[in-house]
Amino acid sequence: MFARTGAALFLPQCGQVRNMATLKDITIRLKSIKNIQKITKSMKMVAAAKYSRAERSLKPARVYGTGAMALYEKAEIKAPEDKNKHLIIGVSSDRGLCGAIHSSVAKAMKNEIAKLLGAGKEVMIVNVGDKLRGLLYRTHGQHILINCKEVGRKPPTFTDASIIATELLDSGYEFDQGSILFNRFRSVISYKTDEKPLFSLDTVANSENMGIYDDIDADVLRNYQEFALVNIIYFGMKESTTSEQSARMTAMDSASKNASEMIDKLTLTFNRTRQAVITKELIEIISGAAALE
Amino acid sequence: VMAARFLLRRAVPALRHARCYADAPAAQMSFTFASPTQVFFKEASVKQIDVPTLTGAFGILPAHVPTLQVLRPGIVTVFGDDGSSTKYFVSSGSVTVNADSSVQLLAEEAVPLDSLDLATAKANLEKAQSELVGVSDEAARAEVLISVEANEAIVKALE
Repeated sequence: MFARTGAALFLPQCGQVRNMATLKDITIRLKSIKNIQKITKSMKMVAAAKYSRAERSLKPARVYGTGAMALYEKAEIKAPEDKNKHLIIGVSSDRGLCGAIHSSVAKAMKNEIAKLLGAGKEVMIVNVGDKLRGLLYRTHGQHILINCKEVGRKPPTFTDASIIATELLDSGYEFDQGSILFNRFRSVISYKTDEKPLFSLDTVANSENMGIYDDIDADVLRNYQEFALVNIIYFGMKESTTSEQSARMTAMDSASKNASEMIDKLTLTFNRTRQAVITKELIEIISGAAALE
Repeated sequence: VMAARFLLRRAVPALRHARCYADAPAAQMSFTFASPTQVFFKEASVKQIDVPTLTGAFGILPAHVPTLQVLRPGIVTVFGDDGSSTKYFVSSGSVTVNADSSVQLLAEEAVPLDSLDLATAKANLEKAQSELVGVSDEAARAEVLISVEANEAIVKALE
C-alpha cells in the first residue's frame, strides 16, 4: 500500500516544493482579495448614498429641464439642413469604475462626429468631464473646443452649468446648431445615452413658428437663448450624475460578488492544499518510523 | 375664428380689465413654475400670474398671446383657481407663454415671499450701495449694480 501511495505520490513529489510555496501564495492572494472586497463594498455604499441624493434632486431638475425645452418642442423649431457649424456637448465625469458610462457617451460622440464630417460640416466638441477628454483627444483632438475638469466630485449646481455656458459663449465659436449628449437616467439598473438639440440665436429667430410669439426684440431673445442653454446643460449634468452613481453602484456590487466567489474558491483550494501538506508530512513521519524498525 | 381671435389678441394690450374673453372658450392654463432645485407648480391650472420682466410687469391669463420674456428681480404673484394668491420673489429667469396656453416660468432662484427678512434685506441693500461708490472695475461694477437692484426689489416687495 505504501508502495502504491508512494507511486501515487511520486507525481506530486516534484510539485511538492511548489505546494509548500503555494500555501503561502494562496494566503497572500486570499488576503488581498478580501481587502479588495472590503473596498468595493464600501464604494458601493458610498455610491448608493450619492445616488439617492442625486435622484431626489433630479425630480425638480427634470421638471425644470423639460420646461426649458418646451418652447423648442412646441414651436417645432428645426435647424435648417444647410448650416455648417455644429457643436456637440458631451456630458460625463472625471471618475471611473462606473461601467460603460464614459465609453457610451464617447462612442455616441464619435458616431455623430463621423456622420457630420461625412456630410461636410464643421464640428467642435465640448467635453464635460476628464474621462471624455482621455477617450477623445487622441483621435479627435483637433475638434475639442473646451474641456471641463472637476466634474463628478460634488453634485452639479446651476452655477456649474452657467460657468460652462459662459465659457462656450465666450469662446467665439458661432455654432449654427448643436446637440448635447448625456446619459439619461431610466432606473437604478438602466440608463440610456440620449441627445437633446441646441439651437442658435439665428435659427430660433428665423424659425417660421416664432412669428406667433408676440413682442420679442433681439435683446430679449438673446437673453432667453443664453438662459435656455444653461438650463439644458444643467439638465444634462443632473441626469448624467444620477446615471453615473447608479452605474457605479451596480459595478461595485458585481465586483464585490465576484470577489466573494473568488474568496470561496480560494478558501477551498487553501483547505485542500493544507490537508495535502499535512497528509504528506504524516506519511513522511510514518515511513521514517517504519524505516527505523 | 382662430384668425379673428388672433387679431383681437394683437390689438388689445395685456391688461386685465381691457380683456373681454367672455365669448371665447376659456382655455385651461398649464402653469409650470420651477427653479433648478425646486418645483412650485407643475402643469397646474391657475387663474392668473403676474410676472416682473425686463420690459415691465404684466399679467398672464389663460389664452394669453404667446410670448417670450426675461425676468428681472421682483415678485411673482400666482392667483389660484380658488381665488387665493401666493407671492414669490424671483431673482431672474425666463417666462414662456405658448400657443396652447401653457406657461413655463423658469426662475434661477425663487423663494416664497414670507421667507425673506426685511431687516436683512435693508442691511444688504445699504452694503451694496456703499460698495457701488468704491468699485471701479467693469465686471465688479456690474455685479454690485445687480446686487443693488435685487436688494431694492426685495425691500420694495417686503414693505
